[in-house]
Amino acid sequence: MAFDFLKTRQQRLFAILTFALLLAVLPWVLSGGFENGKSWLRAVDFALLYIMLALGLNIVVGYAGLLDLGYIAFYAVGAYLYSFLNSPHLAAVLPAWMMYPPLLVMLLLAAVVAGMFGVLLGSPTLKLRGDYLAIVTLGFGEIVRIFMNNLDRPINITNGPQGINGIAKVHLFGLDFGKPIQWLGLTFEVVHAYYYLILAFCALIIFVTLRLQHSRIGRAWVAIREDEIAASAMGINTRNIKLLAFAMGASFGGVSGALFASFQGFVSPESFVLMESVMVLCMVVLGGMGHIPGVILGAIIVSITPEILRDIINPVQNALFGKRVLDPENLRMLIFGLAMIIIMLLRPEGLWPSKRRKAEFHEHDKEAAA
Amino acid sequence: MDIFLQQLINGLTIGSIYALIALGYTMVYGIMQLINFAHGEVVMIGAMVTITFINLLVGMGVHLPGPLLLLAGLMMAIPVSMLVGYAIERVAYRPLRRAPRLAPLITAIGLSIVLQQLASLIWGRSFRPFPAILETNVHDFFGASITSLQIASMLITIALLAGLFFLVERTKLGRAMRATSQNPDVAGLMGVNINTIISTTFMIGSALGAVAGVMVAANYDQAHPYMGALIGLKAFTAAVLGGIGNLAGAVVGGFLLGFIESMGSGYLGTWTDGAFGSNYKDIFAFIVLIAVLVFRPSGLLGERVADRA
Repeated sequence: MAFDFLKTRQQRLFAILTFALLLAVLPWVLSGGFENGKSWLRAVDFALLYIMLALGLNIVVGYAGLLDLGYIAFYAVGAYLYSFLNSPHLAAVLPAWMMYPPLLVMLLLAAVVAGMFGVLLGSPTLKLRGDYLAIVTLGFGEIVRIFMNNLDRPINITNGPQGINGIAKVHLFGLDFGKPIQWLGLTFEVVHAYYYLILAFCALIIFVTLRLQHSRIGRAWVAIREDEIAASAMGINTRNIKLLAFAMGASFGGVSGALFASFQGFVSPESFVLMESVMVLCMVVLGGMGHIPGVILGAIIVSITPEILRDIINPVQNALFGKRVLDPENLRMLIFGLAMIIIMLLRPEGLWPSKRRKAEFHEHDKEAAA
Repeated sequence: MDIFLQQLINGLTIGSIYALIALGYTMVYGIMQLINFAHGEVVMIGAMVTITFINLLVGMGVHLPGPLLLLAGLMMAIPVSMLVGYAIERVAYRPLRRAPRLAPLITAIGLSIVLQQLASLIWGRSFRPFPAILETNVHDFFGASITSLQIASMLITIALLAGLFFLVERTKLGRAMRATSQNPDVAGLMGVNINTIISTTFMIGSALGAVAGVMVAANYDQAHPYMGALIGLKAFTAAVLGGIGNLAGAVVGGFLLGFIESMGSGYLGTWTDGAFGSNYKDIFAFIVLIAVLVFRPSGLLGERVADRA
């Protein structure tokens, strides 16, 4: 999709400013204009977190072409790290200076630790591609989840299946995001404040991925995806570049996870099951692997659909049958499963692909016609 | 010592189940060099259909001895699973045979979700108990206990393995399968109908998977719509451990993985002084998988194929 009307610098600037303004007023439109606007705004907050996740996975799957089915493990690492340092759960064990670090330090730490887990996963799997890699990463995600579920003894680290409660909200610029904030005559409730916070980090991540895309590293990733042998013949250190893809993708997941933990105020292994990894993969595939606007679109569709289903399907079912026949949770996963199949069969490049990707998937069409 | 023997018996039971499922993975891999990601769902459907059908028979007041009821359930489950296996091939793999490798993988994951959710809509989300039709005959075996069901599971597995080896090595169909796995294009030129052979391979694998599903349900007294992913993953590990694409390897890998898993979960508590217990049982398969892929990607009996994937 080309934006031909965005030719000049001024036009682009104008478009960006308009878009930014729309995003800035969105929470007020939602919470002011709709009946259950606050729960919608909450859904938007989660959608933003999913965008960050999907962009991280996009580096691994979309750019480097390494199918990762355990991606949610990095989200879990970030979330649990935040919970350890920002809740009373481990306060008695950890030294006082480690507790409640400033937000930016915390997020940096989450990014670094998740990145290290990324390297940990990446290093034994460097030689694997395709389906083998998918299965190993799936196994890695499950290992992380099993540990989260069981590390409540001998020493209680993760509190097992009960999860960790009482996670503190973010404190930034002297403001406590856990309480409504009065500013400019507006009341910023938790969902509002978090909307702007997550939006800011989301914008940062979009900026980073945009800059990465056409950088030396970004081009190296694409080269490896296309042909690993040719890439290494061109002087790319495929080992380091692949590890970097894992680490980068993982660190995005870590940051996103830390924000998730602070927003939710509660983490448990339930939130990090295999299905979540598949959902994030679905966002990337649906939107268009390797194309940032496509991935964002995919993340929005996949994360908002359940909310729409909940608001529409249940009343419709009640009206038609007088009771709930289909569980919306089942229905949602059913729709995503079908969407993945249909997209791959009919439009493998995704809903909003990059030009290059589209060309790749259709290079055989002309040959077949000729 | 009797703990060892007991865990050995348990390991061989679960190992024979892994072996049956692993054969499904390895047959498909051998013929298409692709992992059938939805195979775990076939196993689940086999188990669920059997339970439903046996309950139906019992509900209709059919009075048959337990083993016969079980056989009836199995006879119902096998065709259903074969149909599902056929559908998987038609929907997820056949249209994408020449597409980039990521594509069939993603359709298979999608299909596996669809099957899981359909099963969950039909049978509900909770565990289904296996109908109590079998008497539990516990035999004493040098101080350890073994049930008739465990003996039967192992014997059935061995019989099916023998049948499969005969099919692949001694029949015309088997020769066509081997030819297709070596080179589908040339096999096609020699008059082999590739599509039929690939479909048949999926269906045979699914039939074995259905039997395995019934064994899981009968031995562990329950089944549920989300059981496919974990057992599928473990069986895949078994196939990789033995050398994927190699039938004998899948069997060796299955029994070996069952052995490692039950020994590991049986002794982990003793080794670590109770710090870690059998709740880490599921981790062994993944560790084995990663270790095999790192140190010997070709598996115990296979050729080197991991790079190709």
